[in-house]
Amino acid sequence: MAQLDVSGGHAETVPSGLVKFDVLVEVSPRTGIADPQGQTIERSLPALGFGGVSGVRVGKAIRFEVTAESEDAARAEVEDMCARFLTNPVIEDSAVSLTAVS
Amino acid sequence: MSAVVGVVQFPGSNCELDVVEAVGALGGEGRILWHGDESVGDVDAVVVPGGFAHGDYLRPGAIARFSPVMGAVAEFAREGGPVIGICNGFQVLTEAGLLPGALHKNVGLRFVCRTVGLRVETTRSALTASAEVGQVLQVPINHFEGNYTCDDATLAALKANDQVVLRYVDNPNGSIDDIAGISNEAGNVVGLMPHPERAISDLLGSSDGVPLLRSILDRAVAPAR
Repeated sequence: MAQLDVSGGHAETVPSGLVKFDVLVEVSPRTGIADPQGQTIERSLPALGFGGVSGVRVGKAIRFEVTAESEDAARAEVEDMCARFLTNPVIEDSAVSLTAVS
Repeated sequence: MSAVVGVVQFPGSNCELDVVEAVGALGGEGRILWHGDESVGDVDAVVVPGGFAHGDYLRPGAIARFSPVMGAVAEFAREGGPVIGICNGFQVLTEAGLLPGALHKNVGLRFVCRTVGLRVETTRSALTASAEVGQVLQVPINHFEGNYTCDDATLAALKANDQVVLRYVDNPNGSIDDIAGISNEAGNVVGLMPHPERAISDLLGSSDGVPLLRSILDRAVAPAR
């Protein structure tokens, strides 16, 4: 029987036994790969009066919801998505954050 | 009978007609291959042209590599057919795993649009078989993410296997080892960032693209499959 999710902003039904997760995938250039956007920002900050900033890396955030049986299952699916599509492993790394929507 | 060159067209490709025009000018027959079709038909060579396939969304070539036609292109390549990726096409071929390494943002963070000198490094590829080693060709480039990169092991393998096809005389984008174009191990799949189809006539400023396109047509007529 479907469970009604009334705590979130949208009252969508989630099939029984499955959990919905909010996913954040942060894609950034792999360490060692040149990041000209990050370097340009880092070089520009002192001119604006911000000192002591180093290690600027610019990437992208991909957010979505996924439904799975468990957090491990959801994470495995998202990591598969990252390896095969959301990132290019030659030049990018990803960091995955999962939060159950309860 | 002239060689038939299939030119893939994705939503957002913008150089496919230039390639068809250039192939025709050299005596071949260019044919547009729609990305949604699962077959390349009866072509003698395939070109994946420049442009912004799928808007370069996610990454250049990241979505195009999953288009239905790419399965047929991969099979055509496996059978030894000549497959040339130009600019965005090179990006698509690396994303599809048909060529190693990746293309990313130019080091100067500028969209570079000018004619550059390319040195032919080998005649072992489908793109340079009818050119000469050491020849310097003036060919236009037009890209923001043409910086070729790969890990040390891949670079060593590319050099050892004679897979570096073209190098920049004066590196415009930071590409590793000044690499402008590479091939797969067999030499039938080639990717390059410069646009030979834009250098086929002195009216365009250079006809140095002719030896490269001529190589494709010569190879297409005498396929090694």
